Amino acid sequence: MNDKLIIAGKSYNSRLLVGTGKYKDFTETRTAVETSGAEIITIAIRRSNIGQNPNEPSLLEILPPSKYTLLPNTAGCYTAEDAVRTLRLARELLDGHSLVKLEVLGDPQSLYPNVIETIAAAKTLVAEGFQVMVYTSDDPIIAKQLEDIGCVAIMPLASLIGSGMGILNPWNLQLIMDRVQVPVIVDAGVGTASDAAIAMELGCHGVLMNTAIAGAQQPVLMAAAMKKAVEAGREAFLAGRMPKKLYSASPSSPTAGIINSTRS
Amino acid sequence: MITVSINGATRQLSDAINVAWLIEDLGLTGKRIALERNGEIVPRSLFATQPLADGDKLEVVVAVGGG
Repeated sequence: MNDKLIIAGKSYNSRLLVGTGKYKDFTETRTAVETSGAEIITIAIRRSNIGQNPNEPSLLEILPPSKYTLLPNTAGCYTAEDAVRTLRLARELLDGHSLVKLEVLGDPQSLYPNVIETIAAAKTLVAEGFQVMVYTSDDPIIAKQLEDIGCVAIMPLASLIGSGMGILNPWNLQLIMDRVQVPVIVDAGVGTASDAAIAMELGCHGVLMNTAIAGAQQPVLMAAAMKKAVEAGREAFLAGRMPKKLYSASPSSPTAGIINSTRS
Repeated sequence: MITVSINGATRQLSDAINVAWLIEDLGLTGKRIALERNGEIVPRSLFATQPLADGDKLEVVVAVGGG
Protein backbone atom coordinates (compact mmCIF):
# COMPACT_ATOMS: atom_id res chain seq x y z
CA MET A 1 0.00 0.00 0.00
CA ASN A 2 1.46 3.33 -1.04
CA ASP A 3 0.41 5.39 1.94
CA LYS A 4 3.18 7.72 3.00
CA LEU A 5 3.25 10.41 5.62
CA ILE A 6 4.53 13.54 3.88
CA ILE A 7 6.00 16.33 6.00
CA ALA A 8 7.64 19.36 4.39
CA GLY A 9 7.94 17.47 1.09
CA LYS A 10 9.70 14.42 2.55
CA SER A 11 7.87 11.10 2.76
CA TYR A 12 7.96 8.63 5.62
CA ASN A 13 6.69 5.06 5.87
CA SER A 14 6.01 5.17 9.59
CA ARG A 15 3.28 7.32 11.09
CA LEU A 16 4.59 6.75 14.59
CA LEU A 17 7.00 9.40 15.86
CA VAL A 18 8.74 8.72 19.13
CA GLY A 19 10.61 10.60 21.82
CA THR A 20 13.90 9.44 23.27
CA GLY A 21 13.56 10.55 26.90
CA LYS A 22 12.92 8.67 30.13
CA TYR A 23 14.52 5.34 29.16
CA LYS A 24 16.66 3.56 31.74
CA ASP A 25 19.71 3.51 29.45
CA PHE A 26 20.81 4.01 25.86
CA THR A 27 20.42 0.31 25.04
CA GLU A 28 16.76 0.43 25.98
CA THR A 29 16.33 3.71 24.09
CA ARG A 30 17.80 2.24 20.94
CA THR A 31 15.90 -1.06 21.14
CA ALA A 32 12.57 0.66 21.79
CA VAL A 33 13.09 3.15 18.96
CA GLU A 34 14.10 0.39 16.54
CA THR A 35 11.13 -1.76 17.55
CA SER A 36 8.70 1.12 17.12
CA GLY A 37 9.69 1.43 13.47
CA ALA A 38 9.72 5.22 13.88
CA GLU A 39 11.72 7.23 11.38
CA ILE A 40 11.28 10.61 13.04
CA ILE A 41 12.55 10.84 16.62
CA THR A 42 12.58 13.78 18.96
CA ILE A 43 15.61 14.91 20.94
CA ALA A 44 16.17 17.65 23.49
CA ILE A 45 18.96 20.25 23.58
CA ARG A 46 20.68 20.67 26.93
CA ARG A 47 23.85 22.08 28.46
CA SER A 48 26.79 19.74 28.14
CA ASN A 49 27.99 18.30 31.45
CA ILE A 50 31.35 20.03 31.46
CA GLY A 51 34.07 17.90 32.96
CA GLN A 52 31.99 14.72 33.22
CA ASN A 53 33.45 11.70 31.45
CA PRO A 54 33.92 12.95 27.90
CA ASN A 55 34.20 9.35 26.66
CA GLU A 56 30.61 8.53 27.60
CA PRO A 57 28.60 7.65 24.46
CA SER A 58 26.27 10.37 23.26
CA LEU A 59 22.67 10.02 22.15
CA LEU A 60 23.56 10.81 18.55
CA GLU A 61 26.04 7.93 18.48
CA ILE A 62 23.23 5.59 19.54
CA LEU A 63 20.66 7.15 17.19
CA PRO A 64 22.66 8.62 14.31
CA PRO A 65 21.25 11.35 12.05
CA SER A 66 22.20 9.15 9.09
CA LYS A 67 19.56 6.63 10.17
CA TYR A 68 16.80 8.79 11.68
CA THR A 69 15.19 12.13 11.00
CA LEU A 70 16.00 13.93 14.23
CA LEU A 71 13.44 16.35 15.51
CA PRO A 72 15.01 18.69 18.07
CA ASN A 73 12.44 20.02 20.50
CA THR A 74 12.11 23.04 22.76
CA ALA A 75 10.86 21.13 25.79
CA GLY A 76 11.22 23.20 28.93
CA CYS A 77 10.96 26.54 27.13
CA TYR A 78 8.38 28.98 28.49
CA THR A 79 9.04 31.92 26.17
CA ALA A 80 9.27 32.37 22.41
CA GLU A 81 12.77 33.78 22.89
CA ASP A 82 14.08 30.68 24.66
CA ALA A 83 12.45 28.38 22.12
CA VAL A 84 13.96 30.22 19.16
CA ARG A 85 17.38 30.31 20.83
CA THR A 86 17.23 26.57 21.54
CA LEU A 87 16.35 25.71 17.94
CA ARG A 88 19.08 27.95 16.51
CA LEU A 89 21.53 25.95 18.63
CA ALA A 90 19.90 22.72 17.43
CA ARG A 91 20.33 23.75 13.81
CA GLU A 92 24.02 24.43 14.41
CA LEU A 93 24.38 21.14 16.31
CA LEU A 94 22.76 19.18 13.49
CA ASP A 95 24.64 20.81 10.59
CA GLY A 96 21.89 23.07 9.31
CA HIS A 97 19.01 20.62 9.80
CA SER A 98 15.83 22.70 9.71
CA LEU A 99 12.97 20.34 10.71
CA VAL A 100 12.12 21.10 14.34
CA LYS A 101 9.47 20.56 16.99
CA LEU A 102 8.36 23.81 18.57
CA GLU A 103 6.71 23.69 21.95
CA VAL A 104 6.36 26.64 24.29
CA LEU A 105 4.88 25.69 27.62
CA GLY A 106 2.55 27.67 29.83
CA ASP A 107 3.20 26.30 33.29
CA PRO A 108 5.27 23.50 34.82
CA GLN A 109 2.32 21.73 36.46
CA SER A 110 0.20 21.15 33.36
CA LEU A 111 2.86 21.62 30.66
CA TYR A 112 -0.05 23.09 28.73
CA PRO A 113 1.09 25.01 25.64
CA ASN A 114 1.26 28.80 25.74
CA VAL A 115 -0.20 29.45 22.32
CA ILE A 116 0.58 33.18 22.32
CA GLU A 117 4.30 32.54 22.78
CA THR A 118 4.06 29.56 20.42
CA ILE A 119 2.65 31.73 17.64
CA ALA A 120 5.34 34.38 18.19
CA ALA A 121 8.10 31.75 18.04
CA ALA A 122 6.58 30.08 14.97
CA LYS A 123 6.60 33.38 13.06
CA THR A 124 10.28 33.97 13.83
CA LEU A 125 11.33 30.40 13.06
CA VAL A 126 9.45 30.21 9.75
CA ALA A 127 11.03 33.55 8.74
CA GLU A 128 14.46 32.07 9.53
CA GLY A 129 13.84 29.07 7.28
CA PHE A 130 12.95 26.47 9.88
CA GLN A 131 10.41 23.77 9.04
CA VAL A 132 8.25 23.90 12.13
CA MET A 133 6.20 21.02 13.50
CA VAL A 134 4.27 22.69 16.25
CA TYR A 135 2.92 21.34 19.52
CA THR A 136 -0.26 23.18 20.44
CA SER A 137 -3.56 22.99 22.24
CA ASP A 138 -6.48 21.31 20.48
CA ASP A 139 -7.96 24.70 19.60
CA PRO A 140 -8.94 24.56 15.90
CA ILE A 141 -8.65 28.33 15.41
CA ILE A 142 -5.09 28.43 16.76
CA ALA A 143 -4.24 25.35 14.68
CA LYS A 144 -5.37 27.15 11.53
CA GLN A 145 -3.37 30.25 12.46
CA LEU A 146 -0.25 28.14 12.94
CA GLU A 147 -0.76 26.60 9.51
CA ASP A 148 -1.22 30.07 7.99
CA ILE A 149 2.07 31.17 9.57
CA GLY A 150 3.74 28.34 7.66
CA CYS A 151 4.10 25.47 10.11
CA VAL A 152 4.58 22.13 8.31
CA ALA A 153 2.63 20.01 10.80
CA ILE A 154 0.11 20.79 13.52
CA MET A 155 0.56 18.68 16.64
CA PRO A 156 -2.31 19.07 19.09
CA LEU A 157 -2.27 17.42 22.49
CA ALA A 158 -4.69 14.57 23.09
CA SER A 159 -4.29 15.15 26.83
CA LEU A 160 -1.52 16.54 29.04
CA ILE A 161 2.12 15.65 28.32
CA GLY A 162 3.09 12.44 30.08
CA SER A 163 -0.40 11.94 31.52
CA GLY A 164 -1.37 8.85 29.55
CA MET A 165 -4.98 10.01 29.71
CA GLY A 166 -5.65 9.22 26.07
CA ILE A 167 -7.82 11.08 23.53
CA LEU A 168 -9.94 13.36 25.68
CA ASN A 169 -11.52 15.46 22.96
CA PRO A 170 -11.85 13.65 19.64
CA TRP A 171 -14.26 16.35 18.44
CA ASN A 172 -11.63 19.06 18.61
CA LEU A 173 -9.12 16.88 16.78
CA GLN A 174 -11.76 16.43 14.09
CA LEU A 175 -12.37 20.18 13.91
CA ILE A 176 -8.63 20.73 13.44
CA MET A 177 -8.42 18.13 10.68
CA ASP A 178 -11.40 19.72 8.95
CA ARG A 179 -9.57 23.06 8.84
CA VAL A 180 -5.90 22.45 8.12
CA GLN A 181 -4.20 20.97 5.06
CA VAL A 182 -0.82 20.08 6.60
CA PRO A 183 -0.46 16.82 8.57
CA VAL A 184 -2.14 16.70 11.98
CA ILE A 185 -0.12 14.63 14.44
CA VAL A 186 -1.39 13.88 17.91
CA ASP A 187 1.39 14.81 20.30
CA ALA A 188 1.09 14.04 24.00
CA GLY A 189 -1.39 12.16 26.11
CA VAL A 190 -1.39 8.73 24.49
CA GLY A 191 -1.27 6.05 27.20
CA THR A 192 -1.71 2.73 25.52
CA ALA A 193 -2.15 1.12 22.11
CA SER A 194 -5.89 1.75 21.79
CA ASP A 195 -5.31 5.50 22.27
CA ALA A 196 -2.95 5.54 19.31
CA ALA A 197 -5.39 3.49 17.24
CA ILE A 198 -8.24 5.89 18.08
CA ALA A 199 -6.15 8.89 17.00
CA MET A 200 -5.40 7.23 13.68
CA GLU A 201 -8.99 6.05 13.18
CA LEU A 202 -10.09 9.67 13.57
CA GLY A 203 -7.92 10.49 10.57
CA CYS A 204 -4.88 11.96 12.28
CA HIS A 205 -1.83 11.63 10.05
CA GLY A 206 0.45 10.40 12.79
CA VAL A 207 1.05 10.07 16.50
CA LEU A 208 4.02 11.28 18.53
CA MET A 209 4.65 9.69 21.92
CA ASN A 210 7.38 9.22 24.48
CA THR A 211 6.15 8.34 27.96
CA ALA A 212 3.55 5.84 26.69
CA ILE A 213 6.46 3.67 25.56
CA ALA A 214 9.25 4.66 27.96
CA GLY A 215 6.91 4.58 30.97
CA ALA A 216 5.45 1.14 30.20
CA GLN A 217 6.50 -1.80 32.41
CA GLN A 218 8.15 -3.28 29.31
CA PRO A 219 8.99 -0.39 26.98
CA VAL A 220 10.22 -2.49 24.06
CA LEU A 221 7.07 -4.61 24.04
CA MET A 222 4.95 -1.45 24.19
CA ALA A 223 6.92 -0.03 21.27
CA ALA A 224 5.91 -3.10 19.26
CA ALA A 225 2.28 -2.64 20.34
CA MET A 226 2.29 1.03 19.35
CA LYS A 227 3.70 0.24 15.91
CA LYS A 228 0.82 -2.15 15.30
CA ALA A 229 -1.76 0.19 16.80
CA VAL A 230 -0.77 3.08 14.56
CA GLU A 231 -0.79 0.83 11.49
CA ALA A 232 -4.12 -0.76 12.45
CA GLY A 233 -5.73 2.59 13.16
CA ARG A 234 -4.50 4.02 9.87
CA GLU A 235 -5.79 1.04 7.89
CA ALA A 236 -9.14 1.22 9.68
CA PHE A 237 -9.38 4.90 8.78
CA LEU A 238 -8.56 4.22 5.14
CA ALA A 239 -10.95 1.26 5.03
CA GLY A 240 -13.78 3.45 6.28
CA ARG A 241 -15.63 2.08 9.25
CA MET A 242 -19.19 0.78 9.04
CA PRO A 243 -21.85 3.26 10.07
CA LYS A 244 -22.93 3.06 13.70
CA LYS A 245 -26.52 1.91 14.06
CA LEU A 246 -27.88 3.17 17.32
CA TYR A 247 -30.50 0.97 19.00
CA SER A 248 -30.73 -1.54 16.14
CA ALA A 249 -28.86 -4.78 15.65
CA SER A 250 -28.11 -6.43 12.33
CA PRO A 251 -27.23 -10.15 12.24
CA SER A 252 -24.06 -11.22 10.50
CA SER A 253 -25.43 -14.65 9.59
CA PRO A 254 -28.24 -15.37 7.07
CA THR A 255 -31.75 -14.97 8.47
CA ALA A 256 -33.18 -17.60 6.08
CA GLY A 257 -32.94 -21.36 6.65
CA ILE A 258 -32.73 -21.28 10.43
CA ILE A 259 -33.72 -24.53 12.19
CA ASN A 260 -36.58 -23.43 14.39
CA SER A 261 -38.66 -25.91 16.38
CA THR A 262 -41.43 -23.45 17.14
CA ARG A 263 -42.23 -23.07 13.43
CA SER A 264 -43.59 -25.95 11.33
CA MET B 1 44.07 35.52 32.71
CA ILE B 2 40.43 36.05 31.78
CA THR B 3 37.30 34.89 33.59
CA VAL B 4 34.46 33.43 31.56
CA SER B 5 31.21 31.66 32.39
CA ILE B 6 30.67 28.24 30.81
CA ASN B 7 27.18 26.81 31.26
CA GLY B 8 26.76 29.00 34.32
CA ALA B 9 30.06 28.06 36.00
CA THR B 10 32.97 30.50 36.09
CA ARG B 11 36.37 29.47 34.84
CA GLN B 12 39.77 31.12 34.60
CA LEU B 13 41.46 30.83 31.23
CA SER B 14 44.64 32.00 29.59
CA ASP B 15 43.92 35.28 27.80
CA ALA B 16 45.35 33.93 24.54
CA ILE B 17 42.66 31.25 24.26
CA ASN B 18 40.24 30.81 21.36
CA VAL B 19 37.10 28.67 21.16
CA ALA B 20 38.83 25.69 19.56
CA TRP B 21 41.42 25.52 22.35
CA LEU B 22 38.70 25.78 24.97
CA ILE B 23 36.74 22.94 23.36
CA GLU B 24 39.89 20.82 23.41
CA ASP B 25 40.51 21.77 27.04
CA LEU B 26 36.99 20.61 27.89
CA GLY B 27 37.57 17.28 26.17
CA LEU B 28 34.86 18.02 23.62
CA THR B 29 36.91 18.06 20.41
CA GLY B 30 35.12 16.04 17.74
CA LYS B 31 31.93 15.82 19.82
CA ARG B 32 28.66 17.01 18.38
CA ILE B 33 28.09 20.26 20.24
CA ALA B 34 26.86 23.76 19.57
CA LEU B 35 28.29 26.83 21.24
CA GLU B 36 26.80 30.19 22.02
CA ARG B 37 28.95 33.19 23.01
CA ASN B 38 27.10 36.06 24.67
CA GLY B 39 23.84 34.90 23.09
CA GLU B 40 25.25 34.51 19.56
CA ILE B 41 26.01 31.14 17.98
CA VAL B 42 29.63 30.58 17.04
CA PRO B 43 29.62 28.28 14.00
CA ARG B 44 31.98 25.30 14.28
CA SER B 45 33.87 26.56 11.25
CA LEU B 46 34.86 29.68 13.24
CA PHE B 47 35.99 27.92 16.44
CA ALA B 48 39.66 28.19 15.53
CA THR B 49 39.52 31.92 14.85
CA GLN B 50 37.07 33.09 17.53
CA PRO B 51 38.94 34.65 20.48
CA LEU B 52 37.43 34.82 23.96
CA ALA B 53 37.26 37.90 26.13
CA ASP B 54 37.03 38.55 29.85
CA GLY B 55 33.41 38.28 31.00
CA ASP B 56 32.23 36.12 28.08
CA LYS B 57 29.18 34.01 28.76
CA LEU B 58 29.38 30.68 26.93
CA GLU B 59 26.79 27.98 26.52
CA VAL B 60 27.81 24.57 25.24
CA VAL B 61 24.92 22.25 24.37
CA VAL B 62 24.48 18.67 23.25
CA ALA B 63 21.58 16.49 22.16
CA VAL B 64 19.98 14.41 24.90
CA GLY B 65 16.98 12.13 25.08
CA GLY B 66 13.66 13.97 25.10
CA GLY B 67 10.09 13.98 23.88
